[in-house]
Amino acid sequence: MKRRDHLLSGPATLVVLGTALVVCTLVSFLFGRYPVPFRELCGILGDRFLSLFGGGIDQFWTDAMYAAVWNVRLPRVLMSVLVGACLSAAGAAYQGVFQNPMAAPDVLGASAGAGFGAALAIFFGLSSAKITIAAFGMSLLTVSLVFWVSRRAKGEKTLGLVLAGIMISSLFEAGTSFIKLAADPNNKLPEITYWLMGSLSGAKWSEIQFVFWPMLLGLVPLFALRWRLNVLSMGDDEARSMGVDAGRLRVGVIVAATLVTASSVSVSGMIGWVGLVIPHMVLRICGSDYRWLMPGSMLGGAVFLLIVDNVSRNVTSAGIPIGILTAFVGAPFFLWLITGRRHEE
Amino acid sequence: MSVEVKDLSFSYGEREVLRHVSFTAEAGKFLAILGPNGVGKSTLFRCVLGLLRGYTGSIAVEGRDAAKLSTREMAKLIAYIPQSSHPAFNYSVRDIVLMGTTSGLGAFSTPRREDERRVEDALEKTGIAHLADRCFHRISGGERQLALIARALVQRAPVLMLDEPTASLDFGNQLLVLNRARELAREGYTVIQTTHNPEHSYMFADRILALAGGEVLTEGTPREVLTWDTMRALYGVDVEISSLFGDRVRVCTPESVARGEDTRA
Repeated sequence: MKRRDHLLSGPATLVVLGTALVVCTLVSFLFGRYPVPFRELCGILGDRFLSLFGGGIDQFWTDAMYAAVWNVRLPRVLMSVLVGACLSAAGAAYQGVFQNPMAAPDVLGASAGAGFGAALAIFFGLSSAKITIAAFGMSLLTVSLVFWVSRRAKGEKTLGLVLAGIMISSLFEAGTSFIKLAADPNNKLPEITYWLMGSLSGAKWSEIQFVFWPMLLGLVPLFALRWRLNVLSMGDDEARSMGVDAGRLRVGVIVAATLVTASSVSVSGMIGWVGLVIPHMVLRICGSDYRWLMPGSMLGGAVFLLIVDNVSRNVTSAGIPIGILTAFVGAPFFLWLITGRRHEE
Repeated sequence: MSVEVKDLSFSYGEREVLRHVSFTAEAGKFLAILGPNGVGKSTLFRCVLGLLRGYTGSIAVEGRDAAKLSTREMAKLIAYIPQSSHPAFNYSVRDIVLMGTTSGLGAFSTPRREDERRVEDALEKTGIAHLADRCFHRISGGERQLALIARALVQRAPVLMLDEPTASLDFGNQLLVLNRARELAREGYTVIQTTHNPEHSYMFADRILALAGGEVLTEGTPREVLTWDTMRALYGVDVEISSLFGDRVRVCTPESVARGEDTRA
């Protein structure tokens, strides 16, 4: 009797999701208000790639096409991929360390803190680079505060951490609401509201440069520690008896997951549901082995956010904020996941 | 001298749970730890496994001071077989057994092909190779216990600690697991097991440590320990001890039943 609680083997899942990512990335360049034919697209990307090695291709595309691909679409595509991968990986990591399938990347207050930081920066009329820095800094500060409070909590440690996260999140959300109340309703309030909805429009190379290293610094350990996450899910005592220092591992994974969440939220605003839905979807495809689930979640998150962002920027001329779309797609999809037929043994 | 506990005391706050416990578990021997509920068996286990620190006295495993060993070094010396295991996710039996290889891996590595081969060997050895692809949640309690034993074997630690491995098993599975534990002792492992069943300890163990009120009541061969006095002191019950099959088996019967004072009509 073969176990059939998943659809594909681990490596097959990664191949499928990896292929989907490459296809979605290429397709993303083709869509947009300013059409760029496939041949020209390949030319521009090929030229930039060859220029790394001192080579190049003779220009047969217009400068406007170049600007659309290189300055607008590429940063946005890259940002979708990075943010999607980060939010999804963070979700998978939190679900592993808290052994709770409902844990999302914002469980420890990373999003609430970032929202507060951004609202504050917008309120004081800071530049967009400073808004990003304020969101990132406040996000890390909030999670540190949650840690600090939970150290003082009596009783079960993990529960204390989650409760502290919920309380401090709502504290910062109240702070954000207060800033919105005090903000100028003609220009600042809409900007804050729009930021909080989450959007990848206006993704810039400078923002990618800012978040790339913290994201990498978080994603690499999350990927490298994926086997230990399996062992940790047996419970702390058993994990320790198998040579895994459960407490240290949990803190390490939380720090890494917080870093990627804070980086993501600081450039994209609040994009919900990715961290919850994607790991569950990948789990259905390849099973709960983190050796495949973690990289699968990273790829799946990137594919998902790319697709949603394409819808966001192409379906309506105004561009629906992506945070609204992920909720529209994510919540029903999650309902389908939990009510859908399970593969019986 | 595989596991040597000397003068071990432990308190949870004001409450003293273990008092001056000393014993030795030797390689190639099956030691059963017998005692009523709440006597400190689990605490003793957790101390020896390195899960509880802050005890007084000393614990030496394979001649090394347990207090100075890292989690990983400890896992290379002692493998733990819990009473029951509830992984948060749906793992196959093979996945669960593969986790035993972790102590031999670097912090950032995943199991190699050679580790996976050892898993197949362990599955064969414990007789559950046919269950390898089954979901761990969906096999019987006895099979789960065997899978956890296979995992402990993969861990390649010389000491095996089983926490009431037969507690929730049916009669057949109890005997299967106990037989397996005794065979492993014969192969040279140091087997330490807590149990609630004096008759089983008598049949399968080489030595019995009787714990009462956090102290060692007595320690010795099954014949020395399984007596009227010890049963009375451990459980507060008067029992008639019958020796069967040339004293290879001892049966404990409550005296009220043995004397026909049973109230059933």
